[in-house]
Amino acid sequence: MNIVVPVLMGLPLTVLLTAAAFAVGFVLAVPLSLMSTSRNALLRLLSQLIIWLERGVPPLVWLMILYFGVRVGAVRLSSMQAAILGLSVVSMGYLSEILRSGFMAIPAGQYEATRALGLGYWTSYSRVIFPQAIKLMVPSFTTYFIGLMKDSSLASSIGVAEMVFQASKVARRSQVGITPFLVAAVFYIAVSIPIAIVTRRMEGAMREAK
Amino acid sequence: MKQTSWMQIWAQALPDMIGGLRISLTLTAVVLVIGIPCGLVLSLGSGSRAKALRWLCYAIVEIGRGTPALVTLYIIYYGFPDIGLKLSSFVSAVVGLVITTAAYSCEYIRSGLRSVPHSQIEAGEALALPRTDIYRRIVIPQGMRIAVPALMSYSIQLFQMTSLTYNITLRELTSVSYSLGMKTFQYLAVFVLAGLIYAAISGVCSALVKLLEQRLSLTK
Repeated sequence: MNIVVPVLMGLPLTVLLTAAAFAVGFVLAVPLSLMSTSRNALLRLLSQLIIWLERGVPPLVWLMILYFGVRVGAVRLSSMQAAILGLSVVSMGYLSEILRSGFMAIPAGQYEATRALGLGYWTSYSRVIFPQAIKLMVPSFTTYFIGLMKDSSLASSIGVAEMVFQASKVARRSQVGITPFLVAAVFYIAVSIPIAIVTRRMEGAMREAK
Repeated sequence: MKQTSWMQIWAQALPDMIGGLRISLTLTAVVLVIGIPCGLVLSLGSGSRAKALRWLCYAIVEIGRGTPALVTLYIIYYGFPDIGLKLSSFVSAVVGLVITTAAYSCEYIRSGLRSVPHSQIEAGEALALPRTDIYRRIVIPQGMRIAVPALMSYSIQLFQMTSLTYNITLRELTSVSYSLGMKTFQYLAVFVLAGLIYAAISGVCSALVKLLEQRLSLTK
């Protein structure tokens, strides 16, 4: 019991970190995906550069750049801030790809219809395209959420007291290495299974709706 | 405080970092060479008619994919000594990443094998080929070819994943960069260079994958 409970104490922070990074990443992904489908070649090039950097640099290196590297005057990011920011940079590119393929899956007729009705760019995306596309994207989003939750374990390297950090603490204190980490592994799988089941259900329901 | 330009820092840091990069690349290669055959075995096992074997393979794949690679590495490096198995950091890194790689590549290979038309298997059966020959000579060669682009994209991800082994004290690129950062207090410059090295290699490789994908689809 004195292993399971301390490791479990890290779970809320793991979930919070994942949710925060996902939310920030999503907000950043929307303009990025619009840029990558833009007609302006310069914007498209810029979006490719951003995606290359955030995919090419390993998540751990992002966290280290932000945590150890970035300082404005004497101010440094806290480990939690660096972790949220780092993971949202990493998730931004993947989420923007999901958004892009969702936007492209909407029939061209819908885009033409918005133009024929004289809707502005913002209105046509926010009221017509996005509500349809989001339904197609939900399964990919949940799959990615599970992946991001596993990536959030990296935050332990910069001192965020999430699940792996707690497991390491228990391991160091009890001089037993194997059980705390196995417990952590079980919790990761335990959290991801219900999410996976719900996703599969949603996919099934959507296929029937078609 | 003496101001040193990034270029100077980079020039000083580069030789050590190349040494670290060599370990990252070696690790990637070793893990691929062991992990992908393991993935093939798992994918064949999960398509087996024996229920027990099938479920065992499913379980290995789900656990391998569901556990964060970092946790797998910790279990092996810090946990296995408790059961009397003390592995060096490189061997632990290989074992841990092989588990993850086998689980992921199993999925890619499985979908590759599944996209081989069923008529190919039927043709083999019509020719009265034994089941092992049908798989060894017909299904696997074609299925693996279909899986190649996905496996190559995964290899790039694996190369980045090797940065996790910093946590089990392997002297690869990220770990070397961290020590250099501590020594010089130029964390930003050093980590940006490390990031650029990772991004450059990943970028070149993914361009190659894209090229290969086009070649493969043209021949069809």
